[in-house]
Amino acid sequence: MYHRIFALLRKDILLELRQQHTFYGILLYIASTIFVLYLSMPDSPESNTWNSLFWVIQLFVCVNTVAKSFLQENKGRMLYFYSIASPVEFIIAKLIFNVILMLMMSLVSLVLFFIFLDNPVSDSLRFVGIVLLGGTSISLVFTLMSAIAAKAQQNAALIAILGFPVILPQLLLLMRLSKSAFSEVFRDGAVFQLAGLTGLMDLLVIVLAVILFPYLWKD
Amino acid sequence: MHKSWWKILSFILLVYTIIAGFLLDVPHLFILNETIRNLYFHVCMWFGMMILFGTSFYYSIKYLRGFDYRNDIFARNFASVGSLFGILGYTTGMIWVSVTWVTDQGQSLGSVLKEPKLIGAAIALLIYGAYFVLRGSFTDIDKRARISAVYNIFAFAMLFPSIWIIPRLVGSLHPGAPGSDSGNPALDRNDMDSSMRMVFYPAVIGWTLLGVWIATLKIRLELFRDKKLIHDN
Repeated sequence: MYHRIFALLRKDILLELRQQHTFYGILLYIASTIFVLYLSMPDSPESNTWNSLFWVIQLFVCVNTVAKSFLQENKGRMLYFYSIASPVEFIIAKLIFNVILMLMMSLVSLVLFFIFLDNPVSDSLRFVGIVLLGGTSISLVFTLMSAIAAKAQQNAALIAILGFPVILPQLLLLMRLSKSAFSEVFRDGAVFQLAGLTGLMDLLVIVLAVILFPYLWKD
Repeated sequence: MHKSWWKILSFILLVYTIIAGFLLDVPHLFILNETIRNLYFHVCMWFGMMILFGTSFYYSIKYLRGFDYRNDIFARNFASVGSLFGILGYTTGMIWVSVTWVTDQGQSLGSVLKEPKLIGAAIALLIYGAYFVLRGSFTDIDKRARISAVYNIFAFAMLFPSIWIIPRLVGSLHPGAPGSDSGNPALDRNDMDSSMRMVFYPAVIGWTLLGVWIATLKIRLELFRDKKLIHDN
């Protein structure tokens, strides 16, 4: 099982390395979005504005990053995967791959935010940790949404419609959590509580994905 | 279909709710005053919504276990009546807000909408909106039933923490937040006067039964319309 997951993961990474235009496409998407923000915002936005802008951008970056993961697989290739791997292995490989991809994109957009929109974060290391946690949560949810939307033969718009209400609670938790990196004082243990809850929701998403994906997979 | 006792019960309970709800004496509280009677309507809508969505969730699981088209009809109609209850819950809540929070506490409607409880409710309505959009994007009946059942299960599971856990962690004006005395709005012993409870519990049962009744009527109509399809299965 593990080596098949690994093989599927390796295949996705190789595809990404060989078809670099999609990868650079997303990078460019991030860069241009943040540049638009830089031009339209005052020079150093207030920390609350900065925070909410950052997370909204993360959301859209994730929709664009993860959207193609199932849409790019054509029918013939899916049939091939169907014959060589089980749905559970397939979805786990996809989840891992999308998490890795999204974490990279999150870090890139964080760096660009720091460059263009100043750095109101007082505890940068903690904020990086929160961003990584957030990137994981968002990409997990959107991987499953992308699998659903791919079945409906719809574009990225459907992914957004399906995913936004589902990700909202986690996004609110993350926005609140990241305020702890903006030198807002929390009561003892609240930060761990919020982070733990986000982690638990991630776990819930993974379990649901593993249970539900087999039903999406067969046609 | 032949069991009609619960329909009669629902009717009687609702007549009782409306008469007793408007005529019986209620505690006179600061700010709330007579609006406290909205409890018999507003809170019941959310109870009804959660029960209907839960039923829809149950039938979606059942659909995935046997791929019986009937269960898909059940799941969809319970979800649509649940959404109706959600919208009614919002409407009754808005009336309540407009005479308590907005006027007496000087809140703007924009800030009221950011209440954690209201966010949870908005998420619920958005999720089921997305569910119907998803359903609309398929032409194949079996595929539609299968994929939307998957989304329904996933979304309901994610809805649960956003309604039951997160509002309890953050401060809010709404009853049930950590700032207030009670954990569960309207269910806590200290929350409600015993005379109000005598109306509230029947009201919850009555409204929920009414929701189930509406849903079963819709389901029967559709089962009848798709008789041939189901028979072919």
